[in-house]
Amino acid sequence: MADPEKKAGAHVPTVIADELHIVYRVNGTRAGKGSATAALSRMLKRGSDDAERGVRKVHAVRGVSFTAYRGEAIGLIGSNGSGKSTLLRAIAGLLPAEKGKVYTDGQPSLLGVNAALMNDLTGERNVILGGLAMGMSREQIKERYQDIVDFSGINEKGDFITLPMRTYSSGMAARLRFSIAAAKDHDVLMIDEALATGDRKFQKRSEERIRELRKEAGTVFLVSHNNKSIRDTCDRVLWLERGELRMDGPTAEVLKEYEKFTGK
Amino acid sequence: MHDGGVAVTAAPSPDDGLAPAELAAKYGLSVSGARPGLSEYVRQLWGRRHFILAFSQAKLTAQYSQAKLGQVWQVATPLLNAAVYYFIFGKLLGTDRGMGRNVFIPFLVTGVFVFTFTQSSVMAGVRAISGNLGLVRALHFPRASLPVSFALQQLQQLLFSMIVLFVIAVAFGSYPGPAWLLIVPILALQFLFNTGIAMIMARAGAKTPDLAQLMPFVMRTWMYMSGVMFSIPTMLADKHWPAWVMNVLQWNPAAVYMDLMRFALIDGYGQENLPHHVWAIALGWAVVVAVGGFIYFWKSEERYGRG
Repeated sequence: MADPEKKAGAHVPTVIADELHIVYRVNGTRAGKGSATAALSRMLKRGSDDAERGVRKVHAVRGVSFTAYRGEAIGLIGSNGSGKSTLLRAIAGLLPAEKGKVYTDGQPSLLGVNAALMNDLTGERNVILGGLAMGMSREQIKERYQDIVDFSGINEKGDFITLPMRTYSSGMAARLRFSIAAAKDHDVLMIDEALATGDRKFQKRSEERIRELRKEAGTVFLVSHNNKSIRDTCDRVLWLERGELRMDGPTAEVLKEYEKFTGK
Repeated sequence: MHDGGVAVTAAPSPDDGLAPAELAAKYGLSVSGARPGLSEYVRQLWGRRHFILAFSQAKLTAQYSQAKLGQVWQVATPLLNAAVYYFIFGKLLGTDRGMGRNVFIPFLVTGVFVFTFTQSSVMAGVRAISGNLGLVRALHFPRASLPVSFALQQLQQLLFSMIVLFVIAVAFGSYPGPAWLLIVPILALQFLFNTGIAMIMARAGAKTPDLAQLMPFVMRTWMYMSGVMFSIPTMLADKHWPAWVMNVLQWNPAAVYMDLMRFALIDGYGQENLPHHVWAIALGWAVVVAVGGFIYFWKSEERYGRG
């Protein structure tokens, strides 16, 4: 999807968000009225709107617009629940937009494969399943299988890859998940606080792998609460607060304001 | 579409003042998460066939992975099911509904297994999207992969049941013959039908997860109306109902696939038990529901995953 001609240009947009709104709908959350009869009477209310039927709307992203260019590494910062992860998913086309649009070059992918893996299967089968879920072919997986296993370090303490994943420690499982996810090259890559998994040794290895992926990818988005890792990897930062884009600019400038805001 | 990339960073970009949509058009960007055309969608789905198969096998294996006997349960579960029916109907009630025991027991077990195939495809379909929101919100793939994969899992489950069914048929005096070859097209047609209905249920269940609570009752009603434990013509023989009632009951897809399977498998269950044009009806249901279900599911593709 990235023809060489496009790569040559310095200011080629890869992701454009245009007045993007994302709304979640949550069923059965009206506080204090959780009884069956109350739920039934709400359901039967004719012509009532969502709020009256007990559906709560969570407006997670409110009118965010920005343009990302090829070669940029963009950090997303903001307090918990400010809409960072939601925005990433919307860019990836995984969450439908309520209003507004996202335009992308090629298919942006989230770094992460957790949801496709099954705890009751062996690590071996999960590597294959995860790879297929990410859209790799069987040949590609076969080719990279050994690299994935070696990278995860699962077999350093014995033959664990042939055991079900539920027998792994949480650190081991996290390492295998990261290794599978990082095995694929991406056009537009989005990383959601994936840096902090496993022990110190594995963290170093994964940081290195992310730098490699960054080089291959056209544009990188990184969500993190660690200002240092944002400063190290990103040259531009979007600051989200309550679903609104509060600031968009060079890393140093935005982080200075953000640190003032958080009182650090 | 693209002019070669204006690479001057210092000078004002010629892109300034372009609306987002115009800018996107200029550089050939496409709307993220938009629904592809039908033929493109089919192509994408075909591209994911390895994932669909691997996912269905993984689900199947994971089911019994905590049990000590492990995968033995794939065969043991339908065998126990059949044993319960044999005990209740064959020994306890001693009923054969006028068919003779050697026909009735295989008749009953075939009915139960074949209906369960459709029933569990429907139930898995309801939860195909709503029960896998994590997957839908994390990775890209044509969403139809999920209901298709679940229907495929049920097909593999049924193949284990078929082993048990063969044993029972032989035990009650129906030996393998050329008619047994009909089992392959019958299963293929029923699988098509099940996949279609799983896709319809997946879209409905994604919008209204409550269907998972409602469907068991609908399915049970359907089961009693389809003649799993009795033959529809025999049951209606002494009731003076209009002829179309029997036709409607016999033409319902569950009854059609059950009857065909019994006809193929059981020696004493002949042509006279089948409604007219039974093969055309079986094919019609399969094609109409599979194609219709696929298009119905695809129409909502970009909306799956909304909270």
